[in-house]
Amino acid sequence: MSQADLTMQGHSAGLTAGTPFSMPTKKLAMWLFIIADTMTFAACLVAYGFLRNGTANWPRPFHSITNVAVMTFILLTSSLTMLLGVQAAKAGDKAGAFRWTMITAAAGILFALLHVREWLALIDEGMTLFKNPWGTGLFGASFFSITGLHLTHVTGGVIALIAVGMRYKGGRYNADDIEILGLYWHFVDLVWMFVVPLVYLMNLSH
Amino acid sequence: MAIAEQHKSGGTGKYVGVYVCLLALAGLQFVIAYQDIDASQMFTRMMMVAIVEAVLAVLVFMHLWGEKRGFLWLVAISTISVLLGMQYGWTDSFRMRVGAPFSSYSK
Repeated sequence: MSQADLTMQGHSAGLTAGTPFSMPTKKLAMWLFIIADTMTFAACLVAYGFLRNGTANWPRPFHSITNVAVMTFILLTSSLTMLLGVQAAKAGDKAGAFRWTMITAAAGILFALLHVREWLALIDEGMTLFKNPWGTGLFGASFFSITGLHLTHVTGGVIALIAVGMRYKGGRYNADDIEILGLYWHFVDLVWMFVVPLVYLMNLSH
Repeated sequence: MAIAEQHKSGGTGKYVGVYVCLLALAGLQFVIAYQDIDASQMFTRMMMVAIVEAVLAVLVFMHLWGEKRGFLWLVAISTISVLLGMQYGWTDSFRMRVGAPFSSYSK
């Protein structure tokens, strides 16, 4: 049995009949949102690259990779826990799906707290949206815009994980809803894979 | 063992394998950051690793490989074409660096 067949069996037949690509409409809507959001982040990152390339005194304020490495590890691990939640939901293991979804939410909260701590440390060093002690003021604007947009997505994702997880446990949502939320969470993880090299690792002070 | 359980255990192994690959690729990006190479080389290497990570995550974690091929092509073509379109502006950023007033080159 192919992966496509298994995926199709996971969807309720009534919901997929006559829909584009034989996919539940809400799942298709999430994919279209992800495509659109990819453009948003791509535009931000390309604009950031344009500024960095065209600006003479671009700051390199990051002395250590420890914090961003821990944040990356947490977000990647949360993608795995989300997958385990989706898998449990598809297998009808309601308690397991709820548990993994809440573990994913907890990882998201931890990621957000580390992110805020990092922001506060940079602000403490004198970095704001418009100026910093190291070089062009454009750095603060682009750094806070890109990481802030990502942090907003993480925060929204954590709220959605808790809300959908609770409603799934209460019987109002089904396994498809957990799977669709999983798509969003993996996308947030995917974006981070591009933010880290461009915004952090290219700006290490060697 | 029921089909659902077989699928679950097989799927978990595959997911853990891809997760380990993603961790290793993320680690590789950190290694590249400490290489003694110029910024453009570093950018190229890091983006190549990031693209491999993204493809793995989309195909396996987001199950795009399991969807209908038409949908896979829709996602791939629409995303890649817009991303390529955004590269149009790069030449102007180089012009700013090497030719425009107050550029790094003129200092």
